[in-house]
Amino acid sequence: MVQIPGELKYTNDHEWVKEEGDLLVIGISDYAQDSLGEIVYIELPSEGDEITKGDPFGAVESTKAVSDLYAPFSGDVMEVNEVLLDSPETINEDPYGEAWMIKVKPYDPGELADLMESASYTEYVEKEMEE
Amino acid sequence: MVEFAGWEMPVQYEGVRQEHLAVRSSAGLFDVSHMGEIEVRGPDALSFCQFITSNDAGRIKNNQAQYTLICNFSGGVVDDVILYKFSDDNLLFCVNASNSEKVYEWVLEQKGQFDVELLDRSLDFTQLALQGPLSENILSESIGSSLSGLKRFHFISATWNGTDLIVARTGYTGENGYEVFLPWDKGPDLWSRLFEAGGGQGLKPAGLGARDTLRLEMGYSLYGHEIGEDTNPLEAGLGRYVKLDAGDFIGRQAITESLARGLANKLVGFCMTDRGIPRQGYGIFKNTEFLGRVTSGTFSPSLEKPIGMGYLKGVENGSGAWDVGDIIEIEIRNTFRGAQVVALPFYKKG
Repeated sequence: MVQIPGELKYTNDHEWVKEEGDLLVIGISDYAQDSLGEIVYIELPSEGDEITKGDPFGAVESTKAVSDLYAPFSGDVMEVNEVLLDSPETINEDPYGEAWMIKVKPYDPGELADLMESASYTEYVEKEMEE
Repeated sequence: MVEFAGWEMPVQYEGVRQEHLAVRSSAGLFDVSHMGEIEVRGPDALSFCQFITSNDAGRIKNNQAQYTLICNFSGGVVDDVILYKFSDDNLLFCVNASNSEKVYEWVLEQKGQFDVELLDRSLDFTQLALQGPLSENILSESIGSSLSGLKRFHFISATWNGTDLIVARTGYTGENGYEVFLPWDKGPDLWSRLFEAGGGQGLKPAGLGARDTLRLEMGYSLYGHEIGEDTNPLEAGLGRYVKLDAGDFIGRQAITESLARGLANKLVGFCMTDRGIPRQGYGIFKNTEFLGRVTSGTFSPSLEKPIGMGYLKGVENGSGAWDVGDIIEIEIRNTFRGAQVVALPFYKKG
């Protein structure tokens, strides 16, 4: 069974978001890493880049597929987990911990309200698994 | 599991990387029963095979196999196949699953005056591919037959447990390996037997994902990627399987003419010098001039870096023929990334 921690928020594209002071941390969910399979490559923005809600801010590639990463909100990238660039397999191993991707200062923290709580995300994943 | 050409196929069992590395270091077992088989029988069987394939079918002996192409009249590729010769009047094509119906219809159409019987045997056979350096040990122990005298691209008939097997020393991975044909309902028995013998030696089940990364490391063409109805086999680098001087065959005239005109494209292998993984369909450029498209790309598990193949327009790079070392660019997510043409295969043993 995939892990869906209660304290995080989630997007339709299977990213998770965690509040950390005035920053928002973004990663991909356990379900996402499991569906992708062995992740062999990741592309992330650089510090100082701007991400725009709904636009791709990077990509994850597994031996099976390419998957874009979509910005759940707009903001400035303050920190990038560069360890992932050399060790993308970390995303399979620890999607909610070591494999955080970027920390972003959001322009409008209110956009966080558009995201799913863990209960709705669990239902969302269950539905997708049935298909 | 995914649907592939009407078959439920495993993309992976444990994971593409582990399965891939098992084939390179010990052995992997693939269920390739989806591959189609078309049997040709009758007095004209050999001359018919010679007429519909690009390689010289007349050159192989009984119990020998040959990689060859079935071409259309424009010189494009209907399918790439392995031809197994039992005798002059009995041969068998092993064809791609996605093409098996198309190929069967095609050969029926070409039958004409040839005195042959054409049988679609696709559903009669299970085909298991045992590939890797330990495959000879595992297979000979499993079926109780010595394979030491079996040369590459040759096959033998064997009996195991009352079941007739065709054991061919062929494969699609670059490793020593065998492809075993047997009656469709005996597949699970042999699968289990091979794991009894090989499980302790590192044998792993391997899926379509590893099959693709293994063949790509060897620079082998995959139908629908490097080759198709519109590709010229010479542009795809398959010239050694096209024997223009071994009698007439369908497509020969068109291929000969293309050679006289000069080839328009060249299939090359490349490695990335910038970050990024090339994927089928991505554009290839040189100084922003469009050259062609990536046909296959992946992250190579053996080399631990991204590799790809694709067509370059024109045989010239400005100062001469496209060659190893030339720098090109791949368009990945709207940015140009550097890549360098390299010699094939990507993966070389040792």
